[in-house]
Order: sequence, then structure tokens, then C-alpha cells
Amino acid sequence: MAGTLAEKVWNDHLVRRGSNGEPDLIYIDLHLLHEVTSPQAFEGLRLAGRQVRRTDLTMATEDHNTPTLDIDLPIADLTSRTQIDTLRNNAKEFGVRIHSLGDADQGIVHQVGPQLGLTQPGMTVVCGDSHTSTHGAFGGLAFGIGTSEVEHVLATQTLPLQPFKTMAINVHGELPPGTTSKDIILAIIAKIGTGGGQGYVLEYRGEAIRKLSMEARMTICNMSIEAGARAGMIAPDDTTFEYLKGRPHAPEGADWDAAVEYWRTLKTDDDAVFDTEVDLNASDLEPFVTWGTNPGQGLPLSANVPVPEEIADENDRIAAERAIEYMGLTPGQPLRDIKVDTVFMGSCTNGRIEDLRTIAKVIKGHVKHPDVRVLVVPASARVRLQAEAEGLDQIFKDFGAEWRNAGCSMCLGMNPDQLAPGERSASTSNRNFEGRQGKGGRTHLVSPLVAAATAIRGTLSSVADLAENDPSFANLDIDAIDGSPLAPLDPNLIVQV
Amino acid sequence: MEKFTTHTGVGVPLRRSNVDTDQIIPAVYLKRVTRTGFEDALFAAWRSDPEFVLNQDEYRSGSVLVAGPDFGTGSSREHAVWALKDYGFKAVFASRFADIFRGNSGKQGLLAGIMAQEDIELLWKILETKPGTEITVDLEQRTATADDVTVPFQLDDYTRWRLMEGLDDIGLTLQHEEDIAAFEAKRASYKPKTLPAKHLPKVDIEAARPA
Repeated sequence: MAGTLAEKVWNDHLVRRGSNGEPDLIYIDLHLLHEVTSPQAFEGLRLAGRQVRRTDLTMATEDHNTPTLDIDLPIADLTSRTQIDTLRNNAKEFGVRIHSLGDADQGIVHQVGPQLGLTQPGMTVVCGDSHTSTHGAFGGLAFGIGTSEVEHVLATQTLPLQPFKTMAINVHGELPPGTTSKDIILAIIAKIGTGGGQGYVLEYRGEAIRKLSMEARMTICNMSIEAGARAGMIAPDDTTFEYLKGRPHAPEGADWDAAVEYWRTLKTDDDAVFDTEVDLNASDLEPFVTWGTNPGQGLPLSANVPVPEEIADENDRIAAERAIEYMGLTPGQPLRDIKVDTVFMGSCTNGRIEDLRTIAKVIKGHVKHPDVRVLVVPASARVRLQAEAEGLDQIFKDFGAEWRNAGCSMCLGMNPDQLAPGERSASTSNRNFEGRQGKGGRTHLVSPLVAAATAIRGTLSSVADLAENDPSFANLDIDAIDGSPLAPLDPNLIVQV
Repeated sequence: MEKFTTHTGVGVPLRRSNVDTDQIIPAVYLKRVTRTGFEDALFAAWRSDPEFVLNQDEYRSGSVLVAGPDFGTGSSREHAVWALKDYGFKAVFASRFADIFRGNSGKQGLLAGIMAQEDIELLWKILETKPGTEITVDLEQRTATADDVTVPFQLDDYTRWRLMEGLDDIGLTLQHEEDIAAFEAKRASYKPKTLPAKHLPKVDIEAARPA
């Protein structure tokens, strides 16, 4: 029977089909843990006298709370320290692999899984974090779960789930210079709204998606949750296989061949039917930024802050009024005139090596705007090491940016990296909710290219804007950046512990 | 989860309606990393009031809560059920419950029984006239008895079965353990495992310092 990619992966993980409204029981291939949503799940196991069923399909990292400075000193914030200590103790007691602060494999859980080669096509991946959708870029079903479900997966390696609906997002054409996959996903969310994906698994398809690198695809799937979707996925292809080959946990030899043979079947059949389809032309895109307090409140950078009176829908109008007030903006004001105080470059959305290379290419030889603070936080310690090996850290430091250790950092401000009340950021992260980056903080979501240009000009800017004052920017070859992922991939280097 | 058939314990009359989960446990207690020990957080805002029912000696050891309508509304926090259970409550009765709270209760083994408001009033009268009166909850019969008064309560068959069998969600799934094991036996050998751990060589990470 013809099926969509999502349905194929679902059916391949069916332990037991439910009847009479009872949910299906779905097997979980990889369970990732971090310090914030796991403590009570382990406590639940302990109280019930249960074990972790499959420690060999489970892995923990520390990311949400971890400081990005002085990581060799005790964590100052007591709540953060308690959560980290609790995770370490739980990992030890239950025999779960953990990558702690200071370890070269520590980092944001959604970067660490893929870079170790643990995230592969056709897998089911869960984590107590909504941005687990990132892993869907490899052609698997990946989604965030709550603490009770974390406990359920620890104990049974399965989850009782009701089937999702499917939505195709067809992205046609080719991205124009100066735009990135971040602009694609911001445009999609602006189009379908923050609730547009509710109840759906999104499958991103089309020419524009095929041309994207693996890391750029991860950026898109990462933000599926911001459209309300449970998960987002992209069918695997040669780009996916090339990214995986040689990674520590990628299959080898005959296993690799068998895996690739299976992975090539993971695509939506030509005659399969989606519950809904949405179309977008990438060729029409320009850099996208958010002006409001949810990721759906975004516009092309050349637009103006909306005028609420001109919004027909009453709910949208009220939401816009409130957002404009919170954000301290003036209706009708050009988005390009908005001055920022901080530029945050990082997160599970855009904290990968390609993002850092892209930014470094733009800022090399320049100095940041004097009124702007620039924070660069690699998604993982390996990304940081790689960037240092390529000399990117020096470019950032010469630019006047702060070069930090890895973690979630200012994306959600659970560690000391926060905005002060009223402070405004251009951020490569994924959420611009009120107070997300610090109480009273104001967030504009942007692509790495816009972040770089904004750090130079001090106002929301595109790379094209830079060329206005400095013709040397006109020759930037930013198209040639998406390419070699996190290296080195020499299999002889891999250690087994 | 313990099996529930009958329970006898001191009844506590809570003459309030719309007790939301913020009143059951305020958000400030949600930062904890434990799943137990929330008894001090239960009804935290009211516990400083000497008049509050649980501050009176006769009711302090209560384990059957008889509350006003619309109990457990608001935030979906599972902590509300944990706090009631940690304090020692085994059953809560009200004429109406919020859906999410009732769902959470069933999963965590707290009996949330729907009782006609007139029967709630009847129990309140007995519990207030003779503080410390015990209520016997019979899940088999779906009745609650205080003194010589026996009143019925409603609980759907599925939740009742789960409580009587002592099955939480995990327990239910583990009833299909054979299916899970059979699935595992068929999994492809190329599927990745986190253990034994494989990675690139260990490297020292330099700590970033404030500028």
C-alpha cells in the first residue's frame, strides 16, 4: 500500500496496534536525556523499583542549565547545580551514558546525537525537549515528550501513541543569495501560523530542500514545533548518507550497505496522499525576521512593523498590539531601523559549524558595532573544537565577540546568559516568547547571515545592506558555505569505550 | 502502583469550589528534582491559616478528601496529584473534576470519584459534626461509607480496573512485554546503540572566561 515517509517509519516501529481507541504501542530507537526534564522520571523508576530497559539506546548530555563561562568551576546557581548533579547521579545509578560539562562530547542534545552518528534515517527518536524534531532531518520520526513519558520510555523503550496526520510542505525553486534555511522555516511558520501544524507530522519536500546541506535541514526540522507540529521530517538521500558515513556510531562494512539499502526505501510513495499540502517558493524569499512575540510573527526584512489597525482578524490584531507594545516598537516602523543591544549566535537551531563558518565569512576583518554585545555559543564542545581548529574563534574574538563554551545558553536563559529587562536581541535561536531570553527581554529571530550583518551595523540588517557602505561585501561568496560538515571523519580515530 | 480495593481513613471536608492546581500546589514548588516529598507544598497558601481544615488536629491525618465542585482546574501539572498522594490522600470526591486532573489522578493511582453534590453535603455534615470520622471507600461497589451513611460515586470502568489491578501506564505497557521483546528480537543489526560508547578521542576543553 502506498504510504508517506511518516507512515512508513510509524509502521516499522509498531510493537502492537491498538484497537477500540486504544493507542498504538511504538518502539523507540533512541532516547536522549538532559538535566531538566529527567529527574522525576528517574525518581519514578526508583519508587516503582524499575530499571532502564535499554541503557544501550539511551544517552544523556548536560545542556539547558550549563554555564558557558568558567565551566571548570562549581556552578554558581544552586537550582542548576542540583539538576546537573541529579542527572550525573541518575546516570551512574542506572548505567546511562552521559556526556558532562567539560567532556568533548558535551553539548546541546540535538547536536550531540547527530554528530556522534546516533541519529540515523528511519529511526524513532525522543527526548524531553520540544526541539527533538531536529532529528527528523535524517528521515526519522523525532519528537519531544513530557516527564511521565520520559519515565515510560526509560522503563519500556516504547510509547503508547495515537497516529498523527501528515502534511507535505513543498518548497520549490532555489534560495536566493543572502538567504538560508532559517528564512525558509520562518517563512513557513509565518504562512501557516504557530498552530498550523497542530496534530501533524510535517514532511519538507521539493527542490529547495533537496539542495540543502544536512545541517541546514536540521535548522528547518528543528523549528517544526514552532508551527505547532509534533514532528518534521525530510526523506534521506545521498546528502544524508554522506553526513553519516564514518561517524562514530554509523554502521560499518556490510551493516552500512544493508542500512543504506533500507534508508533508500524511506521516502513517500508517488501515489501516497497527505492529509494537507502547503506550497512555498524559495526563489521569492528574502531574509526573514520576527517582529513580535511568537515565531509566526515574522516578515521579510524589507517590510515594516505591522500597523494593527490594518489587520482584519480581531485576534491577530489584538495579538499584534500586545506584541508591538512588549517589543517596544512603533507600528509602521521599518524593520531595518530596529537597533539591537545583543546578537546571540548559537542554539540547536543555528549553533552548528556551518553556521559559525557562515558568520565568520561575513565578519572576518571587521569589528562589531560598538553598542552591540555579541555572544557566540557553539552547539557542542566538538563544534567549538572544530571552529578553533579552523581559526574561526580568532575571527570572532578579533570582531569583538565573546567566544563561549557549548550549551543552550541565551536561547532560553536558564543559565546566566540572559537579556536584561528591555534589552533587545537579534538571535539565531528558535523562540521569541515574552521573557524567554530573560525577564523583559525582546527577541528578534534571525538567520546567521542576518545576525552577522546586524552585529556589524547595529540594526537589523541583511548582508546586502552591508554592501551599501562597504563594496567589499558585495563579493562575499556566501553561497559556497554549506558543505563539509563537522570533521574529522577518519574512522581510525574513533575510540570505543 | 498499589492495588486499590477498599480504603478506610479520616475524611476531610474541603468546603471550597474551583480549587485549581495552583492552589493545590503553587508553581514555585515545581523547580524540585524529586517526585516525592511534596506534602509540605499541598495547599501551601492555606496551610498558614490556623482555621484551615488540615491544620485542625482531628483532620490532620486525613486520607479521604471531600471537596466542592470543579476540583483540579487550571495548569496540567502532575505535581498536584503527587502533592495529594504525598500528604497521604488515597481518594478525592467532588461533584465535578477538571479533565486533565482526573486523567492524571487515574495514571498516578489517586482515586478521583464523582459524587452527587447532595451526597457531598451529607458527608460534609457528618465530618464536621464529628471531626475525625473515618470514611470507608469500597472501589468494588463504588461506594463511600461514613457512620451509617453509604453513598455511591462514579468512576469509569477502565480507570476502576486499572486502580484495582494497580496498573499505571508503564504497568499497562509491560503487560505487553512479550510483544516488546519479540519486536526487539527482530530489530536490524545496523541500528545504532549508545553502548559501548564510541567517539572521537578525548580532548581537553578550555574553559571560556569573562572578558
